[in-house]
Amino acid sequence: MSLLAFFQWCEATRIGATIRGSVVLFPVIESVHLVALALIGGAVIVVDLRFLGYGLTHLPLRRVARNASPWLIGGVTVMFLTGIPLFLSEATKCYFSPAFWVKMAALAAAILFSVTVRSRVAAADRAGPASLKLTGLVSLCLWLTVGVAGRVIGFY
Amino acid sequence: MSIVEGPTVKGETKKSGVSVREAGTLHTTGRFKDLERAVMCKWCQWIQATPSSTAIRESVYMYPIIESVHVLALCVFVGLVAILDLRLVGASMTESSVTDVQERLFPWTMIGFGLMVASGALLFWSNPIRFYGNIFFRIKALLLLVAGANALIFHRTVFRSVNRWDHDRMTPWRARMAGCVSLVLWTAIVITGRLIAYNWFD
Repeated sequence: MSLLAFFQWCEATRIGATIRGSVVLFPVIESVHLVALALIGGAVIVVDLRFLGYGLTHLPLRRVARNASPWLIGGVTVMFLTGIPLFLSEATKCYFSPAFWVKMAALAAAILFSVTVRSRVAAADRAGPASLKLTGLVSLCLWLTVGVAGRVIGFY
Repeated sequence: MSIVEGPTVKGETKKSGVSVREAGTLHTTGRFKDLERAVMCKWCQWIQATPSSTAIRESVYMYPIIESVHVLALCVFVGLVAILDLRLVGASMTESSVTDVQERLFPWTMIGFGLMVASGALLFWSNPIRFYGNIFFRIKALLLLVAGANALIFHRTVFRSVNRWDHDRMTPWRARMAGCVSLVLWTAIVITGRLIAYNWFD
């Protein structure tokens, strides 16, 4: 099965068809998706600011990261729970949307970077200032790309 | 939305207390409606006719760009407000005092707030007649006022005695209440804000 055929199959699923057939479902799911985005925004920014040497500098980096992580995981979970149905409702459109692929690539990179490099640097809490800043900057840029590309899917 | 059609609306207002939705007008009736048309609708029409409003409305890229900035600013502002609210509720950053979280995040929260207000004002400016008549816009505006009042009441009351409970994991019930109310309100504001894009009831 080609990738396009898989996307078309996704669109033909019952969930996809139900959302497409409803006036309110897509907007409502999308709104919840956006609320989760704000939560991820807070949980990511508060830690990345700390990486950059701003914000909650009175706490050790690992504590800031540990406090924020359940909210980041929760936010990402809600993102997947709402994002997958949204995708199913318009999978073929997504296949032909460059923004969708940019977002997926950035999302994979952001999650991978968070669970490998970022969480380890935060837990060890003894990296040099340059490494800390780089980690925070890479994380912010990746999540920014996810957010912007996600918004652009709606335009094209 | 036909608040531009002044003359057709005029006759309808005599039916005080009767919904004149069929005429495609706003839902308010009676004296308030007269006042509304005299002030708000004229004002919206005036904005809508300005060259800057027309420029954003008719540009292909301006609106999407401003809207994207609005969404990203929302991440910063609502996200950081949520962190403070979660501290008040005792659900996150409890190893820090409340004032430390509040003061250290304040400049960043304000950057998000400034961007959000500026981009939001531009979005409204681009098509005030449509926004003004949109039910979700009205609910959102109302919720924003309530969120502002909630923050103001919090700062004027229980936050004044913050020295006594600054380091407590379990803050006083009024502080927890303010945090909860804020979380619920901002969630509702984000949802209604997104729904403005849909013209189900226009």
